Amino acid sequence: MKSLAELAAIKEKMQSRVVLREGSGEIRVVVGMATCGIAAGARPVLNAFVEEVSKAGLSGKVMVTQTGCIGICQYEPVVEVFEAGKDKVTYVKMTAEKAKEVVEKHLKGGRVIEEYTISNV
Amino acid sequence: MKELSLNILDIAMNSVKAGADTIKIILTETGDIFKMSVEDNGCGMKEDFLKTVTDPFSTTRTTRKVGMGIPLLKLAAEQTGGSLSIKSRHESEYPENHGTVTEAVFNKNTVDFTPLGDVISTVVTLIQGSPGIRWIFSHKTPKGEVSLDTDELKAILGDVPLNNPEVLTWIGDYLKEAYEEIK
Repeated sequence: MKSLAELAAIKEKMQSRVVLREGSGEIRVVVGMATCGIAAGARPVLNAFVEEVSKAGLSGKVMVTQTGCIGICQYEPVVEVFEAGKDKVTYVKMTAEKAKEVVEKHLKGGRVIEEYTISNV
Repeated sequence: MKELSLNILDIAMNSVKAGADTIKIILTETGDIFKMSVEDNGCGMKEDFLKTVTDPFSTTRTTRKVGMGIPLLKLAAEQTGGSLSIKSRHESEYPENHGTVTEAVFNKNTVDFTPLGDVISTVVTLIQGSPGIRWIFSHKTPKGEVSLDTDELKAILGDVPLNNPEVLTWIGDYLKEAYEEIK
């Protein structure tokens, strides 16, 4: 059985990393989680972002958040990427696999995957 | 919705939007009956709005005049011979004990019962999105209970937020193991 002691260990580890958390939220990934998004498959997309950002060691730089209906329900799951000083990027009809690719190429590599953006549907 | 757990996610989002600081998701299975309830202490709904919430043309969203969440849950329940009920007390009339309880009852043993699906993922998603809320989750089956109260986790975590990725992974694994126990 998972123990609460493990949770305490996570706490210890995180507290020693407080300094690294500075600058958090440089890039904001926002996933639409209203009825339209959820029905279209936003939940696995969100979870893929959370998992992959963490795996890629980008937790200090990238913040993954949720929002309501963005107003383009036919393109759900929709993911918006906000980065200071850059134009907003809107990814549409996302899947967990595409999310993984976005983390790798865009969030980590700095290259927008044009074919998944709204300007290409 | 393909899974009941997605309806639960969607309904709980209404509670988040209502400004609740405590949200309880209670699933109970007894015999052929599967009952789900989402209870919050959010702002609640006024009586005239409450009367219209099962109508798809009633919504709180501002981008569009259609709200499908509650009607979809009602349909999912009724197609199994079950039902949906919503009780709500608006903060203007009940300043001390306002909130909403949405309860859906399903008959599990019909072909039209939507499977529960990945409820763990729903719980983790809710905590990720609103780590400031106290989430109480309980799923009782004849074989036992799986439960989680984020206040208990917060007591251990101190100022490490619940939406820390490693904490979220722990929560997911914890629930997975708890479900194994009552398999």
